[in-house]
Amino acid sequence: MSTSRDQIFGNIRLGLKRGPLEGEALEKVKHRLAYHPSSTTPARSDLPQEQQVELFKSMATEAAAELIELDSSSQLPQAVAGFAKKESLKQLVSATADELMQLDWSETGDCKLLHREGKPGDIASLTGSFAGIAETGTLMLLSGPQSPTTLNFLADIHMVLLHESSIVGPYEAAWQKLREQGDSMPRTVNMITGPSRSADIEQKLQMGAHGPKRLVIFLAKD
Amino acid sequence: MSLNTPSSGGSRHQVGLFVTCLVDIFRPSIGFATIKLLEQAGCYVEVPEAQTCCGQPTFNSGDRKSTQDIAKNVINAFDGYQYVVGPSGSCIGMLHHYPDLFESDDPYHSRAKELASRAYEITSFLIDVLEFDKIIAQYEGIITYHDSCAGLRELGVKQQPRKLLGKVNNLQIDEMEEAETCCGFGGTFCIKYPDISNRMVSNKNVNAGATNADTLLGGDLGCLLNMAGKLKREGSKLEVRHVVEVLANMTYEPAIGEANLQPNFDLAKEA
Amino acid sequence: MQINSPKFKESSRIALEDANLQKALGNLRDGFPVKRANAVDRMPEFDKLRDEGRDLKDHIIANLDFYLEQFETNVTKNGGHVHWARDSDDANKAILEICRKSGAKTVTKGKSMVSEEINLNDYLEENGIQPVETDLGEYILQLRKDHPSHIIAPAIHLNLDDVSDIFHEKHGRPRTDDPAELMQEAREMLRKQFVAADVGITGANFCVAETGSTIIVTNEGNGDLTQTLPKVHVVITTIDKIVPTLEDMSLFLRLLARSATGQEFTVYNTLSTGPRREDDVDGPEEYHVVLLDNGRSEMIGTQFQEMLRCIRCSACMNHCPVYGSVGGHAYGWVYPGPMGSVLTPKLIGIDKAGHLPNASTFCGKCESVCPVRIPLPKMMRHWREREFEKHLSPKGFRFGICAWAFFAKRPALYRWLARASSLTLKLIGGKKNRIRSLPLKNGWTLWRDLPAPQGRTFMDQWKKQQSSK
Repeated sequence: MSTSRDQIFGNIRLGLKRGPLEGEALEKVKHRLAYHPSSTTPARSDLPQEQQVELFKSMATEAAAELIELDSSSQLPQAVAGFAKKESLKQLVSATADELMQLDWSETGDCKLLHREGKPGDIASLTGSFAGIAETGTLMLLSGPQSPTTLNFLADIHMVLLHESSIVGPYEAAWQKLREQGDSMPRTVNMITGPSRSADIEQKLQMGAHGPKRLVIFLAKD
Repeated sequence: MSLNTPSSGGSRHQVGLFVTCLVDIFRPSIGFATIKLLEQAGCYVEVPEAQTCCGQPTFNSGDRKSTQDIAKNVINAFDGYQYVVGPSGSCIGMLHHYPDLFESDDPYHSRAKELASRAYEITSFLIDVLEFDKIIAQYEGIITYHDSCAGLRELGVKQQPRKLLGKVNNLQIDEMEEAETCCGFGGTFCIKYPDISNRMVSNKNVNAGATNADTLLGGDLGCLLNMAGKLKREGSKLEVRHVVEVLANMTYEPAIGEANLQPNFDLAKEA
Repeated sequence: MQINSPKFKESSRIALEDANLQKALGNLRDGFPVKRANAVDRMPEFDKLRDEGRDLKDHIIANLDFYLEQFETNVTKNGGHVHWARDSDDANKAILEICRKSGAKTVTKGKSMVSEEINLNDYLEENGIQPVETDLGEYILQLRKDHPSHIIAPAIHLNLDDVSDIFHEKHGRPRTDDPAELMQEAREMLRKQFVAADVGITGANFCVAETGSTIIVTNEGNGDLTQTLPKVHVVITTIDKIVPTLEDMSLFLRLLARSATGQEFTVYNTLSTGPRREDDVDGPEEYHVVLLDNGRSEMIGTQFQEMLRCIRCSACMNHCPVYGSVGGHAYGWVYPGPMGSVLTPKLIGIDKAGHLPNASTFCGKCESVCPVRIPLPKMMRHWREREFEKHLSPKGFRFGICAWAFFAKRPALYRWLARASSLTLKLIGGKKNRIRSLPLKNGWTLWRDLPAPQGRTFMDQWKKQQSSK
């Protein structure tokens, strides 16, 4: 008896009136897959780096992300401490990404810094990011031992460090950046544009459904 | 060789009028207004006698075989005319569907394509082909315009009637909300699903009624009968006419569904 | 889901008289189309992207076997498992087996129309496993024992009051009619479920062949919690969701967000590739993709092949005046609106779904907003052709059409019929010039008058004019 898989492939090839791809036709699709051409990318994201940063800022803000600009990432601990004080945060769960760990976190005031994955009940989390995508003000975060995915979703407030130099124009440029960095996909790639929301009740938009209610981006010039 | 021998019409554009079945039966004045406009634009107009219906009722009911026969009749009836023009976006749109009815090796396939290439809705023909806008008409009132679906989406009829209406003396246009939303006619749809159709035409009439217009115009008699029928049932004062009646300055006939001021006794005798 | 499509006419009549539903549908008509139009205005390349989306989908279908194999290879390479399911039964069994192996008692679910198509929730419950819907709309529906009426806004047929009532009843908290408070309530209730679940089931908006990844697109973040917290992540999706590369996926994400909700981009676009990696501190230990066919492969090479381009954005139903009048439940199965009117007859049979492709005015609005340019009206017409061939159309209607065709093919007889019709109707119309009722509970005069003809036919008048010249 043929398997479901066989039947499905059999039907597809019957409909296409051919057997498995071979010869030139096979080479053509293989080539396309290896070469991964881009479709039209929106002209809006085709900008010099400086303007891409501006576009990122305006698109992220439009998506209801909050932006805090820093001259240097070394100012992050101080900025986070200030934010924590203002919001009366007693605890902050942080990723252990190198870009965060190499900073001096000795002065965070009353806010305790923890290093672990996210857990239910977390009020605030802090992560780094892989890229910012100017086209729609989107953050790209990769999962890994030093950047657990749960930190991106369980806390009420998700804080993210983004370097201006990590900002690219369209999504395709972010994929290119990812391809350049290694040969395998991380378990999870998160593209995040603003905080969680839902319009499932009477089509009226409410912020903070299941994911973070606030997304705070610390944008560092270096 | 052409089956017909259309008169030459001299140097004028020679047009075969596609009357459409609804205009033939319900509102011949639309046909005469169309002819008047075409003649004003310098066309020589003939009305091929063998024409009946464009075939939409059978086409949209899944009767492909009958539709092919009806299409062949239309293709033959309008063979040889420089242009085929009709006062309906949906019927002319149907002519543009004909090539899909025949296999590519059927001679009717290429003949259908050739027919489609010279078939135009009247306002689109005047503006897009003839670049004619010397309208000689007067209309004391405010109109609002319903964009019929097939004309709008299949033939791109949107600005053409508005451009022409802009040339009518004293006429004002007050656009309605959702002018491009279907009125719920849909050919046999309004008979098969009368309740849904009723909701759609009610929505349409609410939008039309919310303007300051005293007249609702459109380019397809099916839609106009539907909207007028609903408006009159509800006792609305909004009058409904085909756009060519206004453009040809032929608004002496009562509007669609309005009472006759002088009943025609001759006709009663004839029937 | 129970099939109620044969009762479309009755259901639509009930829907039209349901004041609450009509209010809810008003929210839909004023919402999505306006948002889409604004988003499209901001993207000058949008129509070009639609062309590219159409062409790319056609390329994918023409090479579907190749891309499916690539996808399977890459899922496996990354430590995941692919399960091929020919039909609902195959898919349900595969998912149940995965759940049983992990000893699951409860599973959380992200929103998945494919899971509705295979009736997964009922199947799991019958087998002692409790599914918990986590999308806010789906959660509301599960509490009400209701089902989705829209493919991306499942609870669009409900009003605020309905939600307040059911939350009050099921959560045992004081009744509130503040949407923000209601959402907070759902957030708190579901947090516990996310943590307790043994298996998380999501759908997939796309499957990326080159990487073996699946992607979900959500605004709430529920899908992410569903797939990250439990030990096992199961993706239930269909073979037509394949895209070759990340770049190809990006094109469809641009089209999807704008066509669906009118957003520039959906909040969470999340790619999953295999289970958690060796040193990861979170993420599922197992990753399964159940690839369902359910008749889709049979659409290739037929008049319905182009339907496989569909990316489930819902633009067609959001803009459809029929959907906007009767809502999604009237369609009687999982997929409503124009895309459902083409897909449903294939999935449940034209004998049951005959009303769906007929309940369209062919206004063409759906095709004009479709991000991958599916000729939806043309395919609905093809279903009508199948129906006509199989003699499934109502007898009286068929007779009428055949009679019309008989005359339309015979110009001389037709002239006579036209003349008789116009004069008779003119007479019935009388002084008022309109007809209030026609025999046999005629659908036209049920709701509107029929304007009477002017008198003699155009052809008669024209002939007379010509001969007197």
